[in-house]
Amino acid sequence: MTATRRRLPVLAAAAVAAAAAVWVLFLATDTPAGTVLDEPGAFVVTALDAVTFAGLLFVAASGFTLIFGLMRTVNMAHGSLFLLAAYVAVGVQQAMVGKTRNIDASEVGIADWLVPMLAGATAAAVVGTVIQQVFLQWNEGQELRQALITLAITVVLADQMLREFGGLAQRMVWPGAVTHFITIFGQRYATTRLFMLGVAVVIGVLLWLWLNRTRLGMVVRAGVDDRQMVRGLGINIRLVFAVVFFAGAFLAGVGGVLGASFAGAAPGTDGAWLLNSLVVVIIGGLGSIKGAAAGSLLYGTVVAFSPAYLPSQYSFYAIILTFGLLALVLAVRPYGLYGRPA
Amino acid sequence: MTTSPLLEVRGLRAGYGASIVLEDLGFRMGVEAVGIVGRNGMGKSTLCDALVGFLPPSGGRVLLRGNRIDGRSPERIARSGIAYVPQGRRLFLSLTVEEHLAMLSRRGRRWTPSAVYALFPRLAERKRQRGGNLSGGEQQMLAVGRALLLDADLIVMDEPSEGLAPAIVDVLVDTVHHLVAEGVAVLVVEQNLRAAVRMAPRQLVMVSGRIEAEFAGDELLDRPDLQHRYLGVGTATAPSDPDGAGTTDA
Repeated sequence: MTATRRRLPVLAAAAVAAAAAVWVLFLATDTPAGTVLDEPGAFVVTALDAVTFAGLLFVAASGFTLIFGLMRTVNMAHGSLFLLAAYVAVGVQQAMVGKTRNIDASEVGIADWLVPMLAGATAAAVVGTVIQQVFLQWNEGQELRQALITLAITVVLADQMLREFGGLAQRMVWPGAVTHFITIFGQRYATTRLFMLGVAVVIGVLLWLWLNRTRLGMVVRAGVDDRQMVRGLGINIRLVFAVVFFAGAFLAGVGGVLGASFAGAAPGTDGAWLLNSLVVVIIGGLGSIKGAAAGSLLYGTVVAFSPAYLPSQYSFYAIILTFGLLALVLAVRPYGLYGRPA
Repeated sequence: MTTSPLLEVRGLRAGYGASIVLEDLGFRMGVEAVGIVGRNGMGKSTLCDALVGFLPPSGGRVLLRGNRIDGRSPERIARSGIAYVPQGRRLFLSLTVEEHLAMLSRRGRRWTPSAVYALFPRLAERKRQRGGNLSGGEQQMLAVGRALLLDADLIVMDEPSEGLAPAIVDVLVDTVHHLVAEGVAVLVVEQNLRAAVRMAPRQLVMVSGRIEAEFAGDELLDRPDLQHRYLGVGTATAPSDPDGAGTTDA
């Protein structure tokens, strides 16, 4: 009896997933995409949209979860670092190309994208490290206070960025070499989205290698498990904190540059991406990189599929499914998919 | 005794918030194995935490080779020469055996991962296992091995024999003797008197947050009256523990 009751949420989640699959496969006739049987191309494109967007989500959220996992700091300034990197990268790209508007992809070499990306991410990492050293270090262990401090920093940074970069949306231009279209099942698909996914995969692999194959990465993982014991083994945890904050802010910055290339950067992007990162890590489990990957995939899937496969007159309500996903995951696993009680 | 002892504790006071657990605690030890025994709730684990800096003492002094180390951060105390094998081992659940050792190995140290594997061949067989998947004995070996890599002068072990099979306790006893022979001091807190006596020739008895008595060798083992008085064993009423009931001994 109790075993059945314990399995009930899992069964409910499986039932919801199965129902969604049946709907998408056979029943979704009056939807923008149509059923998989009628319109396989629309399905493949939607699935690609889901995976590529998940790549961007992962880059942004992995930095957030890395910082939280080790330091228990909910870095509310994560979105600000995302936006700051985007603005810096756009500025550097414009300087490198020599034009401030109407830049065409054909004018952008790979280096004209990569160098601004590294510059933007490094700027975010430096600002993030300064925030950690100046404001967070001496509030170590006071999680609520740290969250409030970073929230305040978000407000200040948003104003300063508005003053510095203006209120108009700015766009980072993808390199011409990756700006093409390919045809999949009769549907045109932008290769820039696949490039974005490729960058995310490279970031994910590097992150994995760092955490699993280097001594510092092992220390970081050990710190996630038991911070005090790491200190008891003579490891200078403050230095590790600074490095991890640098890395987490750098990842926010890479996400910001990808995001600015994908959808532009404007005031408000910071809040939107803080929210995106939060949703991903709540689904995946705070502090888990694996969770960030799984959460990104789930969230990306819901974001891509719900407007395409809801009946046309209800497309407007797609956003509700995101929160439905959150509620479902938290009902099944209250600490997120890969989360552990603190 | 003209030189300063390896470890000297004077008037140590520590606790959690308003509740004082250690009060005016003092002892000294050289390069030897010393046991600390006592009933539950007498402050044995608190003493360990205070020595390694997990719980900063609120008074008194801790001197390692004559240098004050109380009030230092856990990482500085560890680097000064005290390694900790805590109660419950506190291994890193997501790290493999190999990674536990690799993250601590440094060039030029006397203890290396291969030296630890030589001491505990069982660990070498389970290199790729995660800390959480090891048996209790293997976990304890890893916790000791991890502490050895710090090349410490003193290893503090809190309840190392807890929950272990007698054969594994034998391995631990041998390890402690081996370490002392190599010049590493061991301070071992034990609930299990028999194990404590086998590991350390000197036993300090803790009662209500201070060192109340000292015994040599198996003196305590032969004296049920003393055991009853200090450790609350040997009588039917022993399990009730009025002194320790309200005290935290985490």
